[in-house]
Amino acid sequence: MSADLSKPAAAGGGAAVAEKQAVTTAAGGEVTSAEPRVPTVRKQRSVLVYFAYTWLVLIIVLAAIASLLPLAKYSIPVDAPRIGPFGGDFDTVLGTDNQGRSILSRIVFGARVSLLVGAVASLAGALVGTALGMIAGYFLGRIDALIRLLTDALLAFPPLLLLLALSSILTPSVKTLIIGLALLVVPTFTRLARANTISWSSRDFIMAARNMGARRRRILLREILPNLLPGLGAYLPIVMAAMIVAEGSLSFLGMGIPPPTPSWGGMIADGKDAVADHPHMVMVPAVFIFLTVFALNQAGDHLRHRFDRTLHD
Amino acid sequence: MVLTVLQRLGRSVLVVLLVALGSVLLLSLAPGSAASVILGENATPEMIDELNKELGLDRPIWSQYLHWLADAVTGDFGTSPITHQPVTDAIIERLPVTIELAVLALAFSLFVAVILAIISASLAGTWVDRAITGLSSVFLSVPAFVAGPVLVYYGAVQLGWFPVTGWNRISEGLGPNLQSAILPVLAISLTEIASFHRLLRTDLVATLREDFVGAARAKGMGRGYVMLRHALRPSSFSLITLVGINLGRLIGGTVIVEALFTLPGLGQLVVSSINSRDVITVQGVVVFVAIVYVVVNMLVDLSYGWLDPRTRKVARA
Repeated sequence: MSADLSKPAAAGGGAAVAEKQAVTTAAGGEVTSAEPRVPTVRKQRSVLVYFAYTWLVLIIVLAAIASLLPLAKYSIPVDAPRIGPFGGDFDTVLGTDNQGRSILSRIVFGARVSLLVGAVASLAGALVGTALGMIAGYFLGRIDALIRLLTDALLAFPPLLLLLALSSILTPSVKTLIIGLALLVVPTFTRLARANTISWSSRDFIMAARNMGARRRRILLREILPNLLPGLGAYLPIVMAAMIVAEGSLSFLGMGIPPPTPSWGGMIADGKDAVADHPHMVMVPAVFIFLTVFALNQAGDHLRHRFDRTLHD
Repeated sequence: MVLTVLQRLGRSVLVVLLVALGSVLLLSLAPGSAASVILGENATPEMIDELNKELGLDRPIWSQYLHWLADAVTGDFGTSPITHQPVTDAIIERLPVTIELAVLALAFSLFVAVILAIISASLAGTWVDRAITGLSSVFLSVPAFVAGPVLVYYGAVQLGWFPVTGWNRISEGLGPNLQSAILPVLAISLTEIASFHRLLRTDLVATLREDFVGAARAKGMGRGYVMLRHALRPSSFSLITLVGINLGRLIGGTVIVEALFTLPGLGQLVVSSINSRDVITVQGVVVFVAIVYVVVNMLVDLSYGWLDPRTRKVARA
């Protein structure tokens, strides 16, 4: 995943590097050809982007209306355990798991958990991170040094280990999971917001606003923030993909979403010991995770190309 | 130059101090106290008080922090209240496996990514480039916990080439050792290959447009020679930074594959310690890894000046 959180910002590496990083990874999707053969490639891209948005809409709608769908209960066995997929019955169309529960139902309800946790954690982390980054970037000086030191310290923990350390102390629940994941998102957005705030602050319209007597709060919220939103927002899908991966990793290790609530990572963990004889228990959730993360990454690349100023300058 | 190094060093020391503070604070986050987490639900208040005293958790935070620092400087990360093994010993015991996994995965993914990036940059815009770039987007979306079980199914169950789980130490011979390492390494390498390839391809394409590359080609040097001797080195600097940064994810990946393939590394130590509620060991390992991560990234930053003479001049000026 270009999505990984630790990536746009080194544990101590310079912010310049972080920016370069963001630019180059995104540009990886860009067509930089020596010969002008751009049109064909563009078409290729748009198919993937089209697919990505379709898949995201589909999975979000499914997750949203999960309880209205005629699905079996995700915690109750519907048939014999470990039935293979595509066997006629609607509930067992994706097979059943170790306890005979419908994998279809668990996938859909698992999507709800994964997407919800991913989205809430990303938004919360982005909110706090952006606020810190704007303060650091606008006021600079000591407060900037302090905020940068704190983000560096937070980035010094490898993400998964930080989550594991938290879950060793706090009993895993959706709430603690969201807090832990949001904590991972904060430094990324602090760095992005800080760099962008510094570049916007030197613009003439900020000077004009200041000369007209605008207070700091007005300048930050009404002049700078609106300009930051598109660029930062474009990072959300990629961060959300990273959050879904992180939640999946934790659930895979048995320290994420507590059972019986289904989560994709937990489903893979349930199926991994029977993978030799019943591979569908691993493959089905694996395909769903892959497609969702892939779609979020594609959507993120696409949005960043449109909205991230640093990619065009 | 000396000043830059000292500044960078001072910053890293500060970060490490903060990391340690964070880990001490972590214990105080526990509902009730860390001792009640360790002892579980059946503990009497007397037992909890006693363990708290034993672990020094009855003292105020700042005193805990200073004691912890004083011990850590001498290489003492505490003693597990469950197994009564010093955490440092447990780390040293498990470290070789994790290091081997991380180094192999890094070497493998760099090797593959550099080759793929050279191919796709020299054929930029063609179907080969598009195919490789597409493949790399796919790899980027396959996290270790997805890749692992799928690789087990195809590599170990279907083909039977590799063991499903387990670890052969190097002392049992290099062949068996590598055989048990290949699947786990592959599982954590996929995303790294993709992210290295993306970055290096973009940098290479940009470098190939530079005048000095054109000049070299105009002098009659071969495409391959120019690519390897002129373009690759100036394009690889941000890749080196990325290696340092991605190390964090790589360590996360080793935790996953160690749990999946039951490899006796640091990750498995953390996971089993969490399951036995051994908070002290978890704390020790996490701080240890974080410190290593900070130091490696500092070295990466400093190696910049050594690798790229252009930044060296800037640093002096």
